Amino acid sequence: MVLSEIRFEPDDRYNAFLTICRKAPCGTGPLAGVAVAVKDNISTKGIETTCASRILKGYVPPYDAHVVELLRQSGAAIAGKTNMDEFGMGTTTENSAFGPTLNPADTSRVPGGSSGGSAAAVAAGMVRMALGTDTGGSIRCPAAFCGIVGLKPTYGRVSRFGLIAYSNSLEQIGPMAKNVSDVSLLMQVIAGHDRRDTTSYNRPYRHTPDADIKGLKIGIPKEYFGAGVDKKVADVVQRALARLGELGATSVPCSIPSMEYALAAYYVTCTSEASSNLARFDGVRYGPAANTKKSWHDAYRDVRRAGFGTEVRRRIMLGTFALSSGYYGKFYAKAQVAKENVRKDFTRILADVDVIAGPTMPTIAFKLGEKSDPLSMYLADILTVPVNLAGIPAISVPCGKADGMPVGLQIMGRPFADERVVDVAYAYEQAVA
Amino acid sequence: MVTEKDVQHIAELADIGIDAGELGTFTAQFNAILDYFDVLDRVQGDGAGARDLINVMREDVVEPSLPQEDVLRNAPAQEGGFIRAPRVM
Repeated sequence: MVLSEIRFEPDDRYNAFLTICRKAPCGTGPLAGVAVAVKDNISTKGIETTCASRILKGYVPPYDAHVVELLRQSGAAIAGKTNMDEFGMGTTTENSAFGPTLNPADTSRVPGGSSGGSAAAVAAGMVRMALGTDTGGSIRCPAAFCGIVGLKPTYGRVSRFGLIAYSNSLEQIGPMAKNVSDVSLLMQVIAGHDRRDTTSYNRPYRHTPDADIKGLKIGIPKEYFGAGVDKKVADVVQRALARLGELGATSVPCSIPSMEYALAAYYVTCTSEASSNLARFDGVRYGPAANTKKSWHDAYRDVRRAGFGTEVRRRIMLGTFALSSGYYGKFYAKAQVAKENVRKDFTRILADVDVIAGPTMPTIAFKLGEKSDPLSMYLADILTVPVNLAGIPAISVPCGKADGMPVGLQIMGRPFADERVVDVAYAYEQAVA
Repeated sequence: MVTEKDVQHIAELADIGIDAGELGTFTAQFNAILDYFDVLDRVQGDGAGARDLINVMREDVVEPSLPQEDVLRNAPAQEGGFIRAPRVM
């Protein structure tokens, strides 16, 4: 119920927002009057929603995403829509059609992506909480790079109704905030069943974080400290794990052999799904007008060349190729077997341990423009994508600094054990507070 | 190994307009990425034991929908309450 409104006039020097709602209605409830930022791929009735793409410039959704309905019911004020990599495709927020977001910890560096605007808005104190989406790390990566907390929920725990789809089988909406308690509170508001999303489970989240982790068994995969992981980042995370040991947890070495091909399986899957999902952007029902005098192929090509950025076009073409006759078996079908193997590896390990932990990202935040080659950008996702392939929950919590930049500790859990990963993150946070 | 001609063909299939000047860069990037994807050749197994997936169906019943004017509000070309599209023939 709308009771009043808040005035939201942030100093957005980091380009975190694409739309700012200077007068935001709010109501009563657990988030009464709390300013919440919403990633711009989540539909907000009456508020422009662009996915940071020219092809959706000016699009105003006629309905709210399920999570936005829940936010409004909880009394929260939708403070604005945050910058992102176009359609979620990127690891830096540099792939926005409306300019990159800067990292509040060091403005010469990226905030991570694709939910970089949400992370920067929280890190800079412009909002207390934000929603992001995580297809292959897009909540956890910017949380780690900006020094905040971000949770990728179990697949199916939060409705995707109204999320503008990029890769349906992998993505989830999730909470971001400066501390674990606020992440948990926002998760409580957005989780639950919605019949408009057929992958939605009836598993509400009602939980208050508990810092007691005595007797907890933590799996430490050697792959998370192997080649490609910066030594300084690995050292910071090892110290955090030692701290969890002091709190009563036991570390157990383990291995995820399927990580050898997890990243390839992820990119084949997400580009394939993107090539299908993004076929709807043709300038007919929304977006810049297609020339109705031209034949439809010509008209659509004109709109899509002008409306999509380079990375989006690259991924649509890669996915089209991976699904094309003669290559489907080599790429898409193999990727689905690989995905199942990743899930089995996690199931096997999580039968013996309560959670798995390691770094969220292999490095600290990149310099702006540092990752100009697409493959080198993709490789940065190696530690986050396995979680999406397995459909399990994972949280990134700040655990110190390397070269003056924030480092994230990633805690991964069993399906629907989101509460457990939240508790472990909370235990760490309280211990170092 | 994909050629510029392959990339041109994929761009046509996907209705992604592509300029001659972009073909070389996209082709080189695709070859690097597809080389990396070759690691999938080492995947063992048949995907069996996949989580018990079920189809979630619902009855096909008429329910309230959005008002026509709300749906049309974002359409750039309209005619008589319909959305105007490019010609197909």
